[in-house]
Amino acid sequence: MNPIKYAYLKAESWFNVAFGSELNPLYNMGRLAFFFFWVVLISGLYLFIFFDTSLSGAYASVEAITYEQKYFGGVMRSLHRYASDAAVITIVLHMFREYALGRYNGVRWFSWISGVPTLWIVITLGITGYWLVWDELGLYVAMLSSKLIDALPLIPGSMERNFVGTQVSDRFFTLMAFLHFMGQPLFLVFALWIHIKRLSFVKVYAPKGLAIGSLVAMLALSLAAPAVSHKAADASQVTAVLNIDWFYLNVYPLMDYFTAGQTWVITLSLTFFLMIMPWLPPKKRGPAAEVHLDHCNGCEQCAEDCPFDAITVQARTDGAKFENEVKVNPDLCASCGICVGSCPSSNPFRQKKELLVTGIDMPNRPINDIRDQVDDAIAKLKGDNKIIVMGCENALDFTSLEAPNLHVVSLFCIGMMPATLVEYALAHGADGVFITGCRTGDCFFRYGNVWMDERFDGRRQPILRKRADRSRIKVFRAAETDGKQLHKELGEFENHINSLKTKDTADQQEPANA
Amino acid sequence: MHKLLRYGLQVFYYTLFMAVVWYFSIKPPYHQLEADQAVVTLSFTHATKLREPCRRLSQEELMKLPPNMRLSMDCKRERSPLNLELYLDDKLLTKVVLQPSGFHKDQGVSMFKSIKVKAGNHKLRIWLNDDVKVEGATYKHEQTVNIKPEQLVLIDFNAGSGGFFIN
Repeated sequence: MNPIKYAYLKAESWFNVAFGSELNPLYNMGRLAFFFFWVVLISGLYLFIFFDTSLSGAYASVEAITYEQKYFGGVMRSLHRYASDAAVITIVLHMFREYALGRYNGVRWFSWISGVPTLWIVITLGITGYWLVWDELGLYVAMLSSKLIDALPLIPGSMERNFVGTQVSDRFFTLMAFLHFMGQPLFLVFALWIHIKRLSFVKVYAPKGLAIGSLVAMLALSLAAPAVSHKAADASQVTAVLNIDWFYLNVYPLMDYFTAGQTWVITLSLTFFLMIMPWLPPKKRGPAAEVHLDHCNGCEQCAEDCPFDAITVQARTDGAKFENEVKVNPDLCASCGICVGSCPSSNPFRQKKELLVTGIDMPNRPINDIRDQVDDAIAKLKGDNKIIVMGCENALDFTSLEAPNLHVVSLFCIGMMPATLVEYALAHGADGVFITGCRTGDCFFRYGNVWMDERFDGRRQPILRKRADRSRIKVFRAAETDGKQLHKELGEFENHINSLKTKDTADQQEPANA
Repeated sequence: MHKLLRYGLQVFYYTLFMAVVWYFSIKPPYHQLEADQAVVTLSFTHATKLREPCRRLSQEELMKLPPNMRLSMDCKRERSPLNLELYLDDKLLTKVVLQPSGFHKDQGVSMFKSIKVKAGNHKLRIWLNDDVKVEGATYKHEQTVNIKPEQLVLIDFNAGSGGFFIN
């Protein structure tokens, strides 16, 4: 296994021990970033009330907020800074996670490349924030930013000259304030909207427990180590030592070693590399789902369940008596097959003697083949405890599980499995069905395991009927690092099925003896 | 796992996260200068002399022009490059050749350059040529400056006010 993926999955399992899957921060990096933006926004609005946007008054107003408002102003300022820093960490970890777990290419390219500029907008937002304090660090940021801008063939003359000798004008400073308060946040909101546009069921609010925990931790940090300024900016001085914020200002020290032009080349090359990552190499995509209108009644369940917003509902085109039909957008389809599990026509009890055609199907693994595989397996399995394993091939490698009494049905996603297929297997001779998919809270295709749970609980159509014997069904969530645990769980399940058999035999013999 | 132990682990992870946030928000400190260093900055804009001298048009040439364009002097737009040398205690600190800006090289030269120097008493000597028609310096300046650590010594230039100023 890819060592980066292995290490990341291990880290996630450690966090699962402490937080549980619901509140695991590593599963919620994007949502946490949103939460930190909210903290930045609210604390920023508070600071804006007291901030003097003039060059002469900015520093004094920040000092007044920090020291003259007892705790509140200082805490709000610290929250503003630390939440901004935490946002950068969570964004970078969010990107790293998507990369490590292979969730950045294929159909997900759009979310990936729209996320890269989002990070840069956040960084520039932080840069103008440090500029506005107008302390020694603010002056350093202003000068080095100007040097970078001067290196671009945009404006004649030198912007950097504004910050030595004659001070920068109030007007220019107000422009920076406008950028920080209005311009950049608007860009950020727009970029975030684009970033999540192609997905459905996007959760932008952090889980409550995680939000509370993060806020309390940031408050504690704000009280223990409040954010403070350097000395006021003085254009006749160059401060020897600066406590720079490495999350936002890391590019500036590069200019000790490279020219501004070279720094642009490095930064833009990195950006370009990040942008083309989804095609290095391009991911081989499976064929998109296909709609079979003859078997589609336009119930819209697949459109409701698709995590990639690839299915739309439109007016019927084939003259059938139903009002609507669904249409798949192949560019958005992730080939996860979740729609197959959503379609009531995927019920394997239908068309038992003939080819099973469903309303929406995967051409490279049709539901009929899956049903045939289950039928063949049950016929061929040996032993007293015949077990069918239904597994998501993106969760972990379960091919090694094959045994004389056990057959593995591999699916693109566990959400692809119609709930009725489990009932079907049990009704046709399987003694037990062992289901394995991605870890709870972490589906490769976003919602496959959630939908499966809801179908089993009767909260989402098509449901697993009550008559299906739950004692013969086991669900085990796993990732690639959980191979040992998988074998253990499967062994326990086999023992459990054996014990059920023994009990059944005893129950049958008891009335006969009586 | 015991609930208390889980909460304890959560506190540990939150603390670790906040420790990372705090540390990299201010540390490690960035050393822009050594403790005994200062910065000498050359900062000015200047319109250098025209590359070629203006020529007075003859009456015959003027008559060939439309009445509204009959300027008596014909001046090519291109300006001279700016050559500058800065010496610190007679050691060359920087040598710059700047071309005038603009597509036709007819705009001013914008100069901004910062150089780190050791603090202390130094003799600064500057030499500038802004006219290709003149050999050697068109402006010169020499001054002894007591430079303090972390000081920004600004070298400004204004031809109209007599040349260089060191602040």
